[in-house]
Amino acid sequence: MSTDGHFVSLQGVTKRFGDLEVLHDINLDVAEHKVVCLIGASGSGKSTLLRCINLLEQIDGGSIVVDGQTITGTKIDVNELRQKIGIVFQAYNLFPHMTVLQNVTLAPRKALGISRAKAEAHARALLRQIGLEDKADEFPDRLSGGQQQRVAIVRALATGPKLMLLDEITSALDPQLIGEVLELVRELAESGMTMILATHEMSFAREVASKVCFLDAGVIREEGTPDEIFSAPREERTRQFLARVLEGGRL
Amino acid sequence: MGQFLHTFFSPLDFLRATPQIWNGFQVNLEVMVVAEALVLVLALLLAIVRGLPGRAAGPLRALAILYTDIFRGTPLVLVLYIVLGFATLNYVGLSAETLFTNAVIALTLVYTAYVTEVYRAGIESVHPSQRMAARSLGLSYLQSLRYVVLPQAIRRVVPPLLNDFIGLQKDTALISIIGVTEAVTQANIYSSNYFNYAGHTVAAVFFIFLTIPLARFTDHIIRQRERRERAQAF
Repeated sequence: MSTDGHFVSLQGVTKRFGDLEVLHDINLDVAEHKVVCLIGASGSGKSTLLRCINLLEQIDGGSIVVDGQTITGTKIDVNELRQKIGIVFQAYNLFPHMTVLQNVTLAPRKALGISRAKAEAHARALLRQIGLEDKADEFPDRLSGGQQQRVAIVRALATGPKLMLLDEITSALDPQLIGEVLELVRELAESGMTMILATHEMSFAREVASKVCFLDAGVIREEGTPDEIFSAPREERTRQFLARVLEGGRL
Repeated sequence: MGQFLHTFFSPLDFLRATPQIWNGFQVNLEVMVVAEALVLVLALLLAIVRGLPGRAAGPLRALAILYTDIFRGTPLVLVLYIVLGFATLNYVGLSAETLFTNAVIALTLVYTAYVTEVYRAGIESVHPSQRMAARSLGLSYLQSLRYVVLPQAIRRVVPPLLNDFIGLQKDTALISIIGVTEAVTQANIYSSNYFNYAGHTVAAVFFIFLTIPLARFTDHIIRQRERRERAQAF
């Protein structure tokens, strides 16, 4: 734990792609075992923010502290850090040439050096928890989108991360498959996993989040408890965004 | 017409020339196998170097590009003579007598340049999100390449790879010009002894019979892999 009691702490984080500033002076604190939801329109910087925390993107200003360690400094072991931070993407990104079991055991075996037998036993236990143990030896393209995304979550969990970043993980799914994925995320939240998730599922955000941040053009326009944001937004931009989402039938 | 048939397809000359051509063709086979093995490994290394990220790897990338530019652009016949010329300087154990080695070096230099591009196309065809997913799990750059990118890349380039190897096999016929006694040399010897070109026909048949199985083999392994992946599902 860092000294100020936050598990993740972003201070004045700025990120540019060329001349375009996609994140501007982002300050965000996440306490351990809490779930923070990032909401906002496409292109508001939610995905970039998550990628910066996993160092998949380099930031141009500010600092990020995870578990008491300043990860944006120079003397950081990126690979070791990423084993502590799981990330799940919108497009699953499973490895198509590997079976489900191989997908899940790759990082434990090669990055952590765990023996094959041990890694497979652990992977099967994780797959059993999500009811996909019978799919262990199949290739990803034989699974439904929802199943693939659940495998992707399990793959990210297999290295024993302390923080999970979920990047619009239900956006590519058919509506009837979203439920099973959200159920898994709900269980993760209940188990005390610290999470930051970018999502368009407002009712889900309202249910699991301890804090909701509304991102707008690279800035955290408003943050608060789900009740504050969804029932009594202070900012005009937040109200407009929520009204648009509501019209889309997503709340 | 009779004259034509006699010159290229005389049964007597077929029988008489075949043992001699076969002797020569075995040299083609040996050069081909050694060069192909070297090309497979060296081209992969070169393709990896060309894909290295970061400013620090800039000079290495530039060298790799320079290499492919030079050896893809120079005709094999010239490279053969240049290698022969280099060998006569008697550096690193080479000489005008190390015929087999000289031939392997020339073919390897040229075909490595081609095959590097094939590998590179394969590596670039793997979506960046695959590499990102591997890195996000804590795998290093090289581990991501080894376990995630290359298996998918190589799988995709097997057909063009085999195609380049068919080219290499045929180009082993050119090594006769630097003094290697192989199938074409033997055919030339036969034709000057008997004033008949059936020996060249025999040599051509050997080359054709070598490439057809290779082409069928390529088809076969592609189909087999597809079937295996599909079968896993049911």
